[in-house]
Amino acid sequence: MKKLSARRRHPLAALVVLLFALAVTGGLYAAFAPAEKAQADSSAQSLAIDEGKRLFAVGCSSCHGLNGQGSSTGPSLVGVGSAAVDFQVGTGRMPAQQPGAQIPRKKVIYSQAEIDQLAAFVASFGPGPVVPTKDQYTSTSPDDVAKGGELFRTNCAQCHNFAGSGGALTQGKYAPSLDGVDPKHIYEAMQTGPQNMPSFPDSTMPEAQKKQIVAFVRHTTSEEPNPGGLALGSLGPVTEGLFGWIFGLGALIAVAIWVAAHTTKAKKS
Amino acid sequence: MSHDNMPENKLPEAHDASHGHDVAPHGDPFADPGLPVHQPRRTDIDERAAKRAERQVSLMFIVSMLATAGFIASYVIFPIDKIVYIFPLGHVSALNFALGLTLGVALFCIGAGAVHWARTLMSDHEVPAERHPIEADDEVRADVIEQFKTGAAESGFGRRKMIRNTMIGSMALVPLSGVVLLRDLGPLPETKLDHTGWQEATPAQPIQLINMNTDLPMKAEDIQVGSLTFAKPEGLTEDDEQFQEKIAKDALMLVRIAPEDLKDSDSSDLGFQGILAYSKICTHVGCPISLYEQQTHHALCPCHQSTFDLADGARVIFGPAGHPLPQLKITTDDKGFLIATGDFSKPVGPSFWERSA
Repeated sequence: MKKLSARRRHPLAALVVLLFALAVTGGLYAAFAPAEKAQADSSAQSLAIDEGKRLFAVGCSSCHGLNGQGSSTGPSLVGVGSAAVDFQVGTGRMPAQQPGAQIPRKKVIYSQAEIDQLAAFVASFGPGPVVPTKDQYTSTSPDDVAKGGELFRTNCAQCHNFAGSGGALTQGKYAPSLDGVDPKHIYEAMQTGPQNMPSFPDSTMPEAQKKQIVAFVRHTTSEEPNPGGLALGSLGPVTEGLFGWIFGLGALIAVAIWVAAHTTKAKKS
Repeated sequence: MSHDNMPENKLPEAHDASHGHDVAPHGDPFADPGLPVHQPRRTDIDERAAKRAERQVSLMFIVSMLATAGFIASYVIFPIDKIVYIFPLGHVSALNFALGLTLGVALFCIGAGAVHWARTLMSDHEVPAERHPIEADDEVRADVIEQFKTGAAESGFGRRKMIRNTMIGSMALVPLSGVVLLRDLGPLPETKLDHTGWQEATPAQPIQLINMNTDLPMKAEDIQVGSLTFAKPEGLTEDDEQFQEKIAKDALMLVRIAPEDLKDSDSSDLGFQGILAYSKICTHVGCPISLYEQQTHHALCPCHQSTFDLADGARVIFGPAGHPLPQLKITTDDKGFLIATGDFSKPVGPSFWERSA
């Protein structure tokens, strides 16, 4: 105790006390705060639509209206289908944090069961694209990657980059990177055309072709090794040129300066 | 010659003799102080150091030789598809990595050895090389001018004006033959720039729009609002020898815009129930442009950020493009397939001198 008392005027003493107080307050709150009530009762399997309606009223209706009819802050959800809900909520884009040029991907706050209930409710507004089954987006043929690559370059690469790294669009909008995106969500994005992405419906891009594109995206972004090393984000010649100029030329200049700075004379001056 | 002009006291031998004592003459603060005293290197005065430097230089050349041998060996040893994990680079091809590393070491060691050799062993005595005036001295110049005058007078260049004038005329005309030969660079473009593959479509013999994904014709109901589809003219296939040249002009992007969003009635008349067929080629310098935003109906060109409002007749709303994207008039045939009955209303792609509109 004496030791502690002797240190009470140490410059860091105030910081230690502050951290201690914060930890105690936080701990007490965590111990006594009411358990989370917002968590949906996952045991209620029956009437997913009713459950979804309840979740929708809490999480979505302030922008999309109580019956998904839309408002000035959110579009109508009539006919968007369950695939759109599964994509938007499943990637954390919805519920949106704030309006803006583009709603970004963020932490998912609903469980998959809750997302399914929301999707069931939204799908009841009108017919729309349905959440794909695993067979629809899981490739079985080894040719799919090559064929998907051709389709990707025709339909997707203009915005998402040849390697799926994404790219800029107008006025703050952007095509996101496809790295690490769930195959189901890639499939749903093509079906539904989220935000400013155009849709690629089955009538112009058949299911089998979507499966091939998913296979190519997965292969390119996560499975395919990069024989050259240092992909630099696969962003193209600007990053590569910048890297070459700064680090390549920089190293040459550094060597030249090092050589010139070290004399070989016997008498160092 | 330069040695002749050089003051005696600036030659290195003179400096060495004086040991640098009287480099700055008293009284004249702007006098040339001459070269500083030459300082010997360690390798100049210590034979062991010189031997060591020699060994170092040779070592670098030997390492270079070994690296070259390593290059050849890794070319032979590593299979082309072997992938290894190397820390900062990630998964890379073993062959690429080995070839790059060995060739890099081989070249670097030659350079480093040469630099080390020059710095430690080659002569480092300072040798001044005086600049001397570029112009010739007066005597030579007077002589040349005299010769020129004599030549001019003897040739009668100034007196016989007809010869002079015809000579100038003949020399001025000779380059014309080169200009005429430029005609051989190829056939004249004629009206090729004004037309595309769609020009073969007529109301009597329309051309179907073929989906680039499925190679099949499309019906109007296949194109949904908010979707993006690429199309080519019927009959153009990838095994066509000139496919690339043709698709570069014929490529279409098909969008469907809700009727209430359409802002240009001329443009919607060219379409079919809100389905609009625009050229995919930017009117600035001809990049393929299909970065379509379905909510704003903007199409962005990735090359120079020209932005077109597809709901407003592809009007340019940003960027350097000078013309809206040409639109193809489409309709449907009796089976419901989308067809074109003529060419684009305007020439496709970047502007050119004779562009009519």
